[in-house]
Amino acid sequence: MIKTFADLEQKATQCSACLDQKFKGADGKRHILICGGTGCLSSNANEIKAEFERLIAEMGLGDKVDFNQVGCFGMCSQGPFVKIYPEETLYRMLKVEDVKEILESDIKGGKIVERLLYVDPVTQEKIAKQDDIPFYKKQVHIALHAVGSIDPENFDEALAAGAFKGLARALKMDRKEVIDEILNSGLRGRGGGGFPTGRKWLFAYQQPDGEKYVVCNGDEGDPGAFMDEAILEGNPLAVIEGMMIAGYAIGAQNGYFYVRAEYPVAVARLQNAIKQAEKAGLIGDNILGSNFSFRVNLRLGAGAFVCGEETALLNSIQGQRGMPRPRPPFPAVKGLWDSPSIVNNVETLACVPYILREGWQEFAKYGTEKSKGTKVFALAGKVNNVGLVEVPMGTTLRELIYEIGGGIPNGKEFKAIQTGGPSGGCLTQKDLDTPIDYDNLIAKGSMMGSGGAIVMDEDNCMVDVAKFYMDFICDESCGKCSPCRIGTKRMLEMLTKITDGKATMEDLDALQELAATVKSNSLCGLGQTAPNPILSTLKAFREEYDAHILEKRCPAHVCKNLMKYEIDKEKCIGCGLCERQCPVSAISKTDYTAPGKKLPARAIDSEKCIKCGLCMASCKFGAISKK
Amino acid sequence: MSQLSEAAVKQINAICDSHANERTPLMMILSDIQKQFGYIPLEVQELVSERTGIPVAEIYGVVTFYSFFSLKPKGKYVIGCCLGTACYVKGAQQVVDKFSEILGIKPGQTTEDGLFTLDALRCIGACAISPAIKINGKVYPKVAVSAVPDIINEYKSKEAKA
Repeated sequence: MIKTFADLEQKATQCSACLDQKFKGADGKRHILICGGTGCLSSNANEIKAEFERLIAEMGLGDKVDFNQVGCFGMCSQGPFVKIYPEETLYRMLKVEDVKEILESDIKGGKIVERLLYVDPVTQEKIAKQDDIPFYKKQVHIALHAVGSIDPENFDEALAAGAFKGLARALKMDRKEVIDEILNSGLRGRGGGGFPTGRKWLFAYQQPDGEKYVVCNGDEGDPGAFMDEAILEGNPLAVIEGMMIAGYAIGAQNGYFYVRAEYPVAVARLQNAIKQAEKAGLIGDNILGSNFSFRVNLRLGAGAFVCGEETALLNSIQGQRGMPRPRPPFPAVKGLWDSPSIVNNVETLACVPYILREGWQEFAKYGTEKSKGTKVFALAGKVNNVGLVEVPMGTTLRELIYEIGGGIPNGKEFKAIQTGGPSGGCLTQKDLDTPIDYDNLIAKGSMMGSGGAIVMDEDNCMVDVAKFYMDFICDESCGKCSPCRIGTKRMLEMLTKITDGKATMEDLDALQELAATVKSNSLCGLGQTAPNPILSTLKAFREEYDAHILEKRCPAHVCKNLMKYEIDKEKCIGCGLCERQCPVSAISKTDYTAPGKKLPARAIDSEKCIKCGLCMASCKFGAISKK
Repeated sequence: MSQLSEAAVKQINAICDSHANERTPLMMILSDIQKQFGYIPLEVQELVSERTGIPVAEIYGVVTFYSFFSLKPKGKYVIGCCLGTACYVKGAQQVVDKFSEILGIKPGQTTEDGLFTLDALRCIGACAISPAIKINGKVYPKVAVSAVPDIINEYKSKEAKA
């Protein structure tokens, strides 16, 4: 049990010395960390772990090496990873078969396994140390603190990484001073809105004492964003600590986590962390000998995007349909079970312990004038290094996509980056040098959102992307208010008309008018931002909409009704593979045999073709293309 | 589950009771039932209503609101195709279409033999290995359209052996 500040300090010193020694190899052992994020787990990280376990025992290496699983390493496209201390050698894209070689060559023989090292896509240079890889160089880990270096199920390692130090400092301060610390840090909500966190806390603090709640929004709905998942998986105690600091500041006695049911690993680790903290006496009554008592509860979502909206989330915890409430009253006045409540996002709460532990100045030294600190982005889509990156606010999109992300794969052309998910918009080539912060992104017609950043290349059709988001929103609209319920459905129909090649320019005008109506008249953020993907793609890629409508042509060859597959008769050698693959017998022989080829070329009957693409995938000679 | 077995009634009551100390536990009760039985038909909702005092209308409202709760039984293997943005821009729609074509069902439906349910999921957080699918919890990374028949056959042959 950790009952006093002195207990905590003593235990933390002990644990950090222990962890430090372990990483330095002071016990005479090498130390292997295995990535245990969702991405790596689905690429056999658990099998790799089992193989290490088996072979270490079999080869009798137990006295030479230790290993454990940690949270996400961030560069998910290169996973699964292992990292070996004290040298900090990073091996990537491992297979179960590679484990033996690592143990024999590196652990026994002290020789790095070159073929498993990261290769820089630009210089083709092999890089052994994680910190030397460009992907990691520009990053600053505040919200991702200790994610990927500590064992998230080991309480002692979390203590070694500074867990509860921020809370301890907060408990020695006056409640109002804690709020001032957050206000001074300039922290803004990381879930999307960017509302100053300290001001939210202040509203709840100013409510009369009594039942109050802190709610952590872990309903990470933006498809393509997974930072909250990674934080909960990699360092759950940091989020719990952030919640408790918030609880102390506003005078709450209870905290509720609301986490997506789609994240089973995160849920399990969070549950485990809550139990361990309760056992240690750090959650419960009179924490660290103070007057502050706090309980932490966990509730799971059930697959409704709208529950990421704070009032809908509160209704969901209350066992109701997840429909938003009109605001005001704001949750800070009338929230969970009508008591004053604050709802903070996972990443926001993960920043809080850092601010209290290191002081607000340390946080505020990063960022731009109005957006302080760092932001985690989930970089995905058509970019070489897919993964999680945490960079100071003010980093440019160019740095994010090209320096950290390693550019666009397969020599394709960058077209757009979508930020803010279904509520956000597209940024293009001309925005690449804009420093990323809340206000700049809004000025450019997009928004920060939760940090999803999907890169698109020349092969993506922007009308199709807008349709994708509208389909998503239409499906997820809760149905409470008519502008969103009916408007999103109508907008989807109009977009479908465009991608089917059946729309007229009048439809486009109607679409724009409707978008403006839905934006200004919907009840909650979901509806108010739903038209953004349409409006921003219309602004930046108007010519693509025009091509679909006027020329009945999809420039990126994505929209099925407006494209066809064609066989280049000069390249076709007549092997007939495509003909055999075609599920609807749309391919047949022609009379033409290209010079130098022995068999007649094939051709596609576009009347019969269902555009499944199997022929193009099967052709070994690149003779089939989309037109 | 046209008529609930005695064992099922017992189990459902036990689930309701296990959350009795929680404030507004309806979501937790329904999650547990969905996990245990795979669906939440009207008879079960009536039972939950009797035990907790929450009106059936309210329970039905909640069950039909959330995509995780279902009124009908799901297939033995639930194929969840991620249609998050990262997966979508890498061609997830074609993967769903292929499953749909081979199994002869649309997303949200179950095959007649009760073996497969096809679901279109919103982001499962596996964006780095997109397009991803999830079958009964197992994640398949970077699924190519051409790999779909093999994946289905993997489960069919498992069934044939069993």
